[in-house]
Amino acid sequence: MRQLMTGDEAIARGAYEAGVRHAAAYPGTPSTEILENLSGYQEIETEWAPNEKVALESAIGAAIAGVRSMASMKHVGVNVAADPLFTWAYMGVNAGNVLITADEPGMYSSQNEQDNRNYAKAAKWAMMEPSDSQECLDMVKAAYELSESYDTPVMVRMTTRVCHSKSIVELGERKEAPAKEWEKNPAKYVCLPAIARNLRVKLEERMKELEAYSEKSPFNRAEYGSGKVGVIASGICYFYGKEVFGEEASYLKLGFTHPLPKKMIQDFCSRMDTVYILEENDPYIQEFVERLGVTCKIVGKDTFPPYGEMTPDVIRKRAKGEAFKTIDFDKSKLIARAPAFCAGCPHRGLFYRLGKRKDIMISGDIGCYTLAAGKPFTAMDSTVCMGASFSIGHGAQKAFNQTGSGKRVVAVLGDSTFFHTGINSLINTVYNQSNTVNIILDNRITGMTGHQDNPGTGFNAKGEPTTLIQIEELVRAIGVRHIRVINPNNLEEVDHTLDELLALDEPSVIITRWPCALKKFSQADRNEFTDLFASRNKVLEEKCVGCKKCLKAGCPAMSFDSETKKAVIHQTQCVGCDVCTQICKKDAIVKEG
Amino acid sequence: MTKSILLVGVGGQGTILASKILTTGLMEAGYDVKMSEIHGMSQRGGSVSSQVRYGEKVYSPVIEKGAADMVVAFEKMEALRSLDYLKDGGTLVVNNEEIPSQSVVIGEEAYPADVLEEIRRHVDQVKVVDASGMAQKLGNEKAANMVLLGTIIHAMGLEQIHWDAILKDNIKPKFLELNQKAIQMGMGAVRE
Repeated sequence: MRQLMTGDEAIARGAYEAGVRHAAAYPGTPSTEILENLSGYQEIETEWAPNEKVALESAIGAAIAGVRSMASMKHVGVNVAADPLFTWAYMGVNAGNVLITADEPGMYSSQNEQDNRNYAKAAKWAMMEPSDSQECLDMVKAAYELSESYDTPVMVRMTTRVCHSKSIVELGERKEAPAKEWEKNPAKYVCLPAIARNLRVKLEERMKELEAYSEKSPFNRAEYGSGKVGVIASGICYFYGKEVFGEEASYLKLGFTHPLPKKMIQDFCSRMDTVYILEENDPYIQEFVERLGVTCKIVGKDTFPPYGEMTPDVIRKRAKGEAFKTIDFDKSKLIARAPAFCAGCPHRGLFYRLGKRKDIMISGDIGCYTLAAGKPFTAMDSTVCMGASFSIGHGAQKAFNQTGSGKRVVAVLGDSTFFHTGINSLINTVYNQSNTVNIILDNRITGMTGHQDNPGTGFNAKGEPTTLIQIEELVRAIGVRHIRVINPNNLEEVDHTLDELLALDEPSVIITRWPCALKKFSQADRNEFTDLFASRNKVLEEKCVGCKKCLKAGCPAMSFDSETKKAVIHQTQCVGCDVCTQICKKDAIVKEG
Repeated sequence: MTKSILLVGVGGQGTILASKILTTGLMEAGYDVKMSEIHGMSQRGGSVSSQVRYGEKVYSPVIEKGAADMVVAFEKMEALRSLDYLKDGGTLVVNNEEIPSQSVVIGEEAYPADVLEEIRRHVDQVKVVDASGMAQKLGNEKAANMVLLGTIIHAMGLEQIHWDAILKDNIKPKFLELNQKAIQMGMGAVRE
């Protein structure tokens, strides 16, 4: 059967066909849909892990126990998982194990654009790079065979365009992979120094074997054209290259990219005058080729940018100095359309009030709430990585207290981010005693990545009920003595809770508890939050003075009618959160329904 | 020869569903098809785009600037924003709808009144369609995406594909008739 699939869907399908039985992930664009799709196959046990390290470890455990397993994550997630990543390569698998890393050249939804091929090299994993959805499926299936025959974990490096673009895929059948026997084998699975030293030597031997495989891998192939111009490319860049250089050029398409095929590259280059190396981000292939001392001219990162996406227009311009004719219009007429908090977003009220305080540093984190950094809130002073808000806030508060600046720190992160790595940071704050105010934005779901369940929602990746971990109980167990659970839509409650806790000399936690407006509400949500978005807010035209104060909460359900000079609330969008009602000084906004 | 269609709009307007139906139809008709989407923050009111390419053999899923045979904008400002993707002599279909952005709502900038004029100044083949109004007449404003899909089908000469069957596989039965009618309406809108 033929089907149009995204790369993410095809990865999941490939894992299914390969007989995978265990998969774990933490959501992150552009990798999220892999585990979402895996969850649709009943033969596969799927888990949202609290973070990527835990996800990889869960997959490692399953592979050791004899079941084919997969872990998937975005590029920065691999940083979190880097600890097991390196040592796991020493040990080798029992049943096949594959890690999917979804890199983001261009940073559409990420804080950086690291090239995770460097991880495969540094940690000595086998690596593959698919170019389209069919290859995602084929490579994942081959990766499990390879993993078991060479006793190695395999990394599959995707990029946003491979993950999120659709192409036609030929589907196959699932082939069950019988569970392998687990036997006690400390010499393989217990990385004590004495054992690890042996495994380290074996790892180099395995890399030699994989080098030989790379030369004959069906995923590495030369396609010869008519001239002396060649292209070496991996991933999506292979197709970008075809688009620009056409059928006349020769191609060395590299799909198995760690270790790289030395002889194949030397042979290809010896037949060419000029070779363009097309790869996004780092000169990973280029540096390897240059070390081989080939005699043809190499065109790489001296011509192409090491940052952003290397789309056909970028290649065309840099390699040939050409571009299609484009319309030159008046760009001053463009208005920005940045993403914003949704109507009814429970972050709006909190950040509206938080942004008004001038005497605090707001330590931020990764999630929808990072949008508070922009206008109209400007309520975020730092964002680094998942879970960092509490620990960066702690360090900053310690420094402010030491220098006597009198500045206070408020740190904010979401519920899923708290479970991810925020817990460790909060433990540090309590143990090393700083007086930061730590806010956990508990919107009852992982919002940013499109509503995945987490340990605090009471449901697992398959949507089945599971133990719900109460954030409040957890925070109390860590040793926080001042905990307030508030409704973030109640501005007065937000203000006086902040006043109270900012006056303290010890750590405190605010849990803002209100569900994401886009969430599919559970029965528990409906029981806890009565009349959830059951009403609308409305402007009383006779009372509205047109001061536009209400618009400063940045609600997409609101606009200003320039003819009547009154604020307008669009009833199709408003969900009645009441934030605007409280901002209006003229009592011109009321609740209806 | 590979054809390129760029669909642009604002999160929530249904560009992704429209391009899903379009690409499925193209595949069933025997074309090689690739589609690329950027939708990381789409639910939060940002710009969204779907790039669709089809032909005998398609390489890149990404459309280059100045290379789109057709740009279909679900919103006026997004049409203007995407103008440099349209190729010389290409067709631009624009839904006559204005969605203010956050910056407009909070009064940082104003939505210019002459967006369509600026577009017409540069493009000969402009079709302004009141897709939202037409969908509203059918009883549901949300079907504007299917009206616009109808305009693509007509403009690219893809009427022979069995769209009804593809809709049946992708749309809830409750909304099937509405969506079928909306596509028909869209096909007529560009014919006039």
